[in-house]
Amino acid sequence: MNKVPLIHITRRKELPWYRSWAVRVIAVVVALILCGVITLLLVKENPISIYATMIKGNFGTTKKVWNMLEELAIMLCTSLALAPAFRMKFWNLGGDGQVLMGCLGSAAVMILLGGKLPNIVVVLLMLVAAIVAGTIWAGIPGFFKARFNTNETLFTLMMNYIATQIVAFFVVVWENPKGSSNVGIINQASRAGWLPTIFNQKYMIIIIVAVLLTAAIYVYMKYTKHGYEISVVGESESTAKYIGIKVRKVILRTAALSGAICGLVGFLLVGGVSHTLTTSLSAGRGFTGVMVAWLGKFNPFFMILTSFILVFLDKGAKEITTIFGLNDSFGSILTGLILFFIIGCEFFLNYQISFRKKQNKEVA
Amino acid sequence: MNEKIPVLQLRHITKRFGDKVIANDDVSMDAYKGEILALLGENGSGKTTLMNMLSGIYFPDEGEIFVNGKAVSINDPRDAFDLGIGMIHQHFKLIDVMSAAENITLGLSKEGKLNLKQTAQKINEICEKYGFEVDPNQKIYNMSVSQKQTVEIVKVLYRGADILILDEPTAVLTPQETDKLFKVLRNMKEDGKTIIIITHKMHEVLDISDRVAILRKGKYICDYETKQTSAQILTDAMVGHTVSLNIERPEPVNPKIRISVQNLTIRDKDGIVKIDDVSFDAYSGEVLGIAGIAGSGQKELLEAIAGLQPVEKGTIEYVDEDGFRENLLGKDPMEIANMGVSLSFVPEDRLGMGLVGNMDLTDNMMLRSFRKGKSIFADRKTPHDLAEHVVEELDVNTPNVATPVRKLSGGNVQKILVGREIANAPKVLLTAYAVRGLDINSSYTIYDLINKQKKSGVAVVYVGEDLDVLLELCDKILVLCGGKVSGLIYGKDADKATVGLMMTKVGGGDADE
Amino acid sequence: MFNFLVQFIPRAVVQGVPLMYGCVGETITEKSGNLNLGTPGIMYVGGICGVIGAFFYENAVGNNMNPFLGVFIPLMCTLIGSLLMGLIYSFLTVTLRANQNVTGLALTTFGIGIGNFFGGSLIKISGADVPSIVLSRTSKLFSATIPGASKLGAIGEVLFSYSTMVYVAILFAILAALIISKTRVGLNLRSVGESPATADAAGINVEKYKYFATCIGAMVSGLGGLFYVMGYASGIWSNDAFGDRGWLALALVIFTIWRPGHSIWASIIFGGLFILHNYIPTGVNLANKELYKIIPYLATIIILIITSVRNKRENQPPESLGLSYFREDR
Repeated sequence: MNKVPLIHITRRKELPWYRSWAVRVIAVVVALILCGVITLLLVKENPISIYATMIKGNFGTTKKVWNMLEELAIMLCTSLALAPAFRMKFWNLGGDGQVLMGCLGSAAVMILLGGKLPNIVVVLLMLVAAIVAGTIWAGIPGFFKARFNTNETLFTLMMNYIATQIVAFFVVVWENPKGSSNVGIINQASRAGWLPTIFNQKYMIIIIVAVLLTAAIYVYMKYTKHGYEISVVGESESTAKYIGIKVRKVILRTAALSGAICGLVGFLLVGGVSHTLTTSLSAGRGFTGVMVAWLGKFNPFFMILTSFILVFLDKGAKEITTIFGLNDSFGSILTGLILFFIIGCEFFLNYQISFRKKQNKEVA
Repeated sequence: MNEKIPVLQLRHITKRFGDKVIANDDVSMDAYKGEILALLGENGSGKTTLMNMLSGIYFPDEGEIFVNGKAVSINDPRDAFDLGIGMIHQHFKLIDVMSAAENITLGLSKEGKLNLKQTAQKINEICEKYGFEVDPNQKIYNMSVSQKQTVEIVKVLYRGADILILDEPTAVLTPQETDKLFKVLRNMKEDGKTIIIITHKMHEVLDISDRVAILRKGKYICDYETKQTSAQILTDAMVGHTVSLNIERPEPVNPKIRISVQNLTIRDKDGIVKIDDVSFDAYSGEVLGIAGIAGSGQKELLEAIAGLQPVEKGTIEYVDEDGFRENLLGKDPMEIANMGVSLSFVPEDRLGMGLVGNMDLTDNMMLRSFRKGKSIFADRKTPHDLAEHVVEELDVNTPNVATPVRKLSGGNVQKILVGREIANAPKVLLTAYAVRGLDINSSYTIYDLINKQKKSGVAVVYVGEDLDVLLELCDKILVLCGGKVSGLIYGKDADKATVGLMMTKVGGGDADE
Repeated sequence: MFNFLVQFIPRAVVQGVPLMYGCVGETITEKSGNLNLGTPGIMYVGGICGVIGAFFYENAVGNNMNPFLGVFIPLMCTLIGSLLMGLIYSFLTVTLRANQNVTGLALTTFGIGIGNFFGGSLIKISGADVPSIVLSRTSKLFSATIPGASKLGAIGEVLFSYSTMVYVAILFAILAALIISKTRVGLNLRSVGESPATADAAGINVEKYKYFATCIGAMVSGLGGLFYVMGYASGIWSNDAFGDRGWLALALVIFTIWRPGHSIWASIIFGGLFILHNYIPTGVNLANKELYKIIPYLATIIILIITSVRNKRENQPPESLGLSYFREDR
């Protein structure tokens, strides 16, 4: 009977910011070491060269840096889209579908109107179409969540597959050339609907949008009435009702906002990056974005950092796979492993472990 | 009385939470076979924490526990009931979608295969022995609060507990149900069980216990034989200095009708009638008390006035200074609040409705004011100043206004809520369970606040559960029973027995004469 | 019509069985209050582990395959692989109390990565021309059917023509239903998912139940991945072929309102919806075919909406689903 638990876990007070970040940095470092060891076992290379390869994959050439920045911007925008919904505890796992619908909207305008209207009008219409499509795609689950409390996690998830199939349908409809089962580069000659280059950099406009969006979402969440309503609804629906917030309206509005920004991402992808339409344009960012937003504590500025970590890993892992002849999925394994460490380290921020001393007999 | 055999001995128990909070500080105490021991102390005096260490929820940082003379280590609830210790928590630990029998046999793997019939039979035996009534097959979500409590007690006895700990068992019961509970407790005592009861209510301590142990600020103060003590002695020991037990009741000045409710009927989501044809008026400068068993429709009534509850029939009118009547039905909570009707509601979970636990003081003050103005940005300056003001005015104990309210004690949380609600200078103040779970000092601060509002001409509606307080504080008391009005009486002339009876049956007060 | 059904039902069944395994596994997990969004990843890992075991065994012994080992080795590999996935999830969410949604998503990323990485590696080792691995000998062992069933005509075709793992799946579903509703272990498990604090106070080891339910659930789900390769795809692994069946299995859990018994018919219906597009005449219009693939997802959404509109007390998810439990938080 007289067993005394050796380990005792208690909740801890908030840590000062530098200590909590130290814990996170340690977790990432440990995870990177582990990833290095695993890669080492597979490719039998010296670990330093593996990390060097990862860095090279991101910063090796000017072009790689720009590619990395573009990826970072798109990743960040996707997670920024999801953050307000998550703050409201609306688990939008449908980012991929919403982005795809945005892509579809933009591509449709590009294909159907490109060259028939002045370019600026085409681009604006692409933007509008993308935002409307994304809004609808998130608005439907938002409506049912607000009205019937329908589980949004699975609803938004299923909407992804429907979006994929709809895009697949249009890919067949618009295939070019016939029988190739893909759309090809849209308006390759006329460049109608392509986003302009700024300072001669193709991706500059995307980066500018990402910076503006980061600031806008930060202000929206922290300083506006809408942002405050989102926090209250997320914390406690009954409090929200008590002070007369129209909970349904807030849920619908926030879900729609989430979808609208995803649509914007779709617009950037089609107009500014790929200039084509495929079912894999979103590339799982809707899911990675969930993790980026959560790891960044829904704070847009922290999310820059967390997106960078994930993009860096992804690019780095891709470089390893090409250089050392592994297959593409190796990156997902490394990302998964590192995420486990980052997710797990939260424990050490919220709880403390104490080892119970041997029970002292009373000192007389 | 039996010879005094100590069955439970605590020695030098200390429990800390974090670095600063010492919940229990070097507590040593005993409990004997066949006695009812009342554990008395203010809120935050560490009673529940101490008992949780016996039931295996917490583990002491220092000190030793002896059961029947042997040193023991209670690491989890299983250890506790292996030692014959059973605790009935304030929030029942029952699973709603399961039946009584399933709940009672839960976790008893040594009983072997699941056999609900056999369990039901054993439950019936226990019920007969001590005088309970339980239907083993009834689902918990269909039960009343007192039925749920009975299931909890049977559950503990079923496990063969010899030491029963009850954490504020009467907080949710009517006087009649309380009497029934006490009868059962006495039966168990006769049977040689040891019962420890945590309570705030002085008359119950005097009524049921053999001995009283007092905790103050985590420290063990002393114990008294109940027969040789009085309410005044106990209160002094508990609080540490003498306090008046009298609640002020100033005469209403120039009362005028403010809220007029006529033939109100409310059904809940499942179609059950919660408020049945209720009519009453609330006057300015008066405190209207609403008494009733928990769940008699008090919550629905207040929520309907505040615009939170759909109404099936009837009218709720707000009457302004000039006698102009305006119907509140069909208005949303914001519009109603702007008319000067303020609701300070303390549901069972204090932070569930009026405040947001994870937000700081400023953000909580903002709940009422954030929509003011046309700007898309919310004003933070005014709520911040209000938070500072409330902290200072009501003497809220908090490090600063940027502290999340869930980190504050119950009394301070309540002060913030009431402070915010009266800051709007309301014409009508609705309060529900304003002092639930508060210690005496905090309770009196709240009574003072209510009286201040009353004197400034506010119509106060006070839903309470402690009859003593209702009788002393309120000018009039509306008694509800099963959603119907069973009587309206003046605070000055009413006595507890009458109100208690009216709570259990409509017109009960008269029928008994 | 009759002939169509006799042909269609068996195909719907083999489509549905991976979902059935996934659904039963996830239901067991969710009954303990753990919402494991990692199930799609676990099913990938279950599949690839079986493939790895079978691949090396086939290559080692050539044509002299011992039928018992030929089944046993892939089976054990699947169980161990999915058990490890379950352990990762449990350690993170139960011991370290991490957010279940995020952990689950990371686990799915990881699991699909493992599946495709090792799949790709094996394809490279085998040096095949097509990007897939063919394990037809192992598959043959797995798809042994009841002798003589095909002679029973239509009834035999619809009821008795399947491989053992189909009947095992049904058996698991029934067993899980019985254990959850009729036994003490099931009662304890339900209580952990409904209210861990209550279970804890009743002396039930909450962490142990969560670990066991999650790991057993993961192993059952993993078998779904194995069945997909060996039973459905005749021993052919190609990357990403398993697709999003894992997510459909998750949706099925809600569809069956957390009752594994219902998963038997529900997953067969889903299997049918999944292949229905092959039976809708589209002629040469390939585009419309893509649209018909929406059907199962659309059906899931409709069911989600219907269950949420009905909103009955007994049909609710376990009350503490998705929340982590810490004893001293109260």
